[in-house]
Amino acid sequence: MLRTRIIPTLLLRNESLVKTVNFNNFTYVGDPCNTVRIFNELEVDELLFLDITATCEKRPPNFKLLADIVNECFMPLGYGGGVRSLDDAKAIFKTGFEKVAVNSYAMENPDFITQLADHYGSQAVIASIDVKKSWLGSYHVVTNAGKRKTKHTPIEWAQNLEANGAGEILLTSVDREGSWRGFDLELVKSITDAVNIPVIAHGGGGTIEHIGKVVNEADASAVALGSMVVFQKKGMGVLVNFPDEEKLRAVIQ
Amino acid sequence: MITIVDYGMGNLGSVLNMFKRIDVPAIVSEDLDEIAQATKLLLPGVGAFDAAMMRINNTELRKTLDRKALEERIPVLGICLGMHILTRSSEEGKFPGLGWVNAQVTKFPRKTDFKVPHMGWNIVEPTCESPLIKGLPEESRFYFVHSYCVHVDNEQDSILKTTYGVTFDAAIQHGNIFGVQFHPEKSHKFGMQLLRNFANI
Repeated sequence: MLRTRIIPTLLLRNESLVKTVNFNNFTYVGDPCNTVRIFNELEVDELLFLDITATCEKRPPNFKLLADIVNECFMPLGYGGGVRSLDDAKAIFKTGFEKVAVNSYAMENPDFITQLADHYGSQAVIASIDVKKSWLGSYHVVTNAGKRKTKHTPIEWAQNLEANGAGEILLTSVDREGSWRGFDLELVKSITDAVNIPVIAHGGGGTIEHIGKVVNEADASAVALGSMVVFQKKGMGVLVNFPDEEKLRAVIQ
Repeated sequence: MITIVDYGMGNLGSVLNMFKRIDVPAIVSEDLDEIAQATKLLLPGVGAFDAAMMRINNTELRKTLDRKALEERIPVLGICLGMHILTRSSEEGKFPGLGWVNAQVTKFPRKTDFKVPHMGWNIVEPTCESPLIKGLPEESRFYFVHSYCVHVDNEQDSILKTTYGVTFDAAIQHGNIFGVQFHPEKSHKFGMQLLRNFANI
């Protein structure tokens, strides 16, 4: 049976790893290479790196850093942040990553998802969607590290990305990100019901039970974890860790 | 020395990287003379079946590979698409494969509970003994990404099986020819053990 993937999602800012709360309040977590070495020893299922300032600084991915990361990792790797051309993607794949995530640029140029899928196959393309909830309770898609509001609803945008050839969707709740409050099950379920491709739930994971819930109740195909795998507990210091394998498999039906 | 054949199909860095980690000398080469000197060959591959076969058939590479595999009978390992091209044919393409192993490649049947591609970590079940899978722990898991899967004609050529909607051959051996559907270079200690085994054959 295929295992539900639990994916540590690491945020790059310049040459460092950081962790945010609601896309703000950067906390320094450590050096990327040292951190991935630990995740490699913990034999995690997959790693995802998101360069959270590349788009806003209008710069390409830090290819040198990505190459250093690959040297430490023997698991599948994804990268997102500032990917705007097939050449960017080609360079990322060449270093040894197998997936690229595209967020803001897909909004500017939806055809880019199709180009990537045609060249490298859908399995190599993660379409990333950041979502904010308004005070009235409606959801809308945001881009540029949460700074730019768009007119799209998450459901309509996810279906659009799927139709364009995305292989999976990384669904991030900006409101839950870094909060340890649990995933937004309503949001995740609305997307897993709306598309046929795998959905990676991201934002809010704080306990093993949260992981169980988002998989069992909201049908997430995979779960991305941030704070939970880089801090000891909410409000406490940095500790790179990964949930106990047996406990995880016990909560996931 | 293991020669990783660069025939233009995908990412070779990760394989080389894992050989480096387990201290096995390996090179990546597209040079026919270098490939002709090889004592072990590895065929990686990500991409489409016909594109791979065209790259191989349109150059002298085909002759060199046939000689190494069928006459000199050196150990050859195909990974993912590199495994598919060892067979007679694939539903993915119209060109014949290398035909070194009596097997065919079929598309995963469409079933709602089993999204295609089969992507992620799955458990393998040993079916026959082989030096390639020596010392793998029980419940070994590997990372898979594929939409087509291999079925051997003769069950004794199957060494690992995996089930995802259908049961298919996750690893095969026919004499000196080996193939794996999963990506050992992305499969932690399980992949390291398998590549170390290949180096020791």
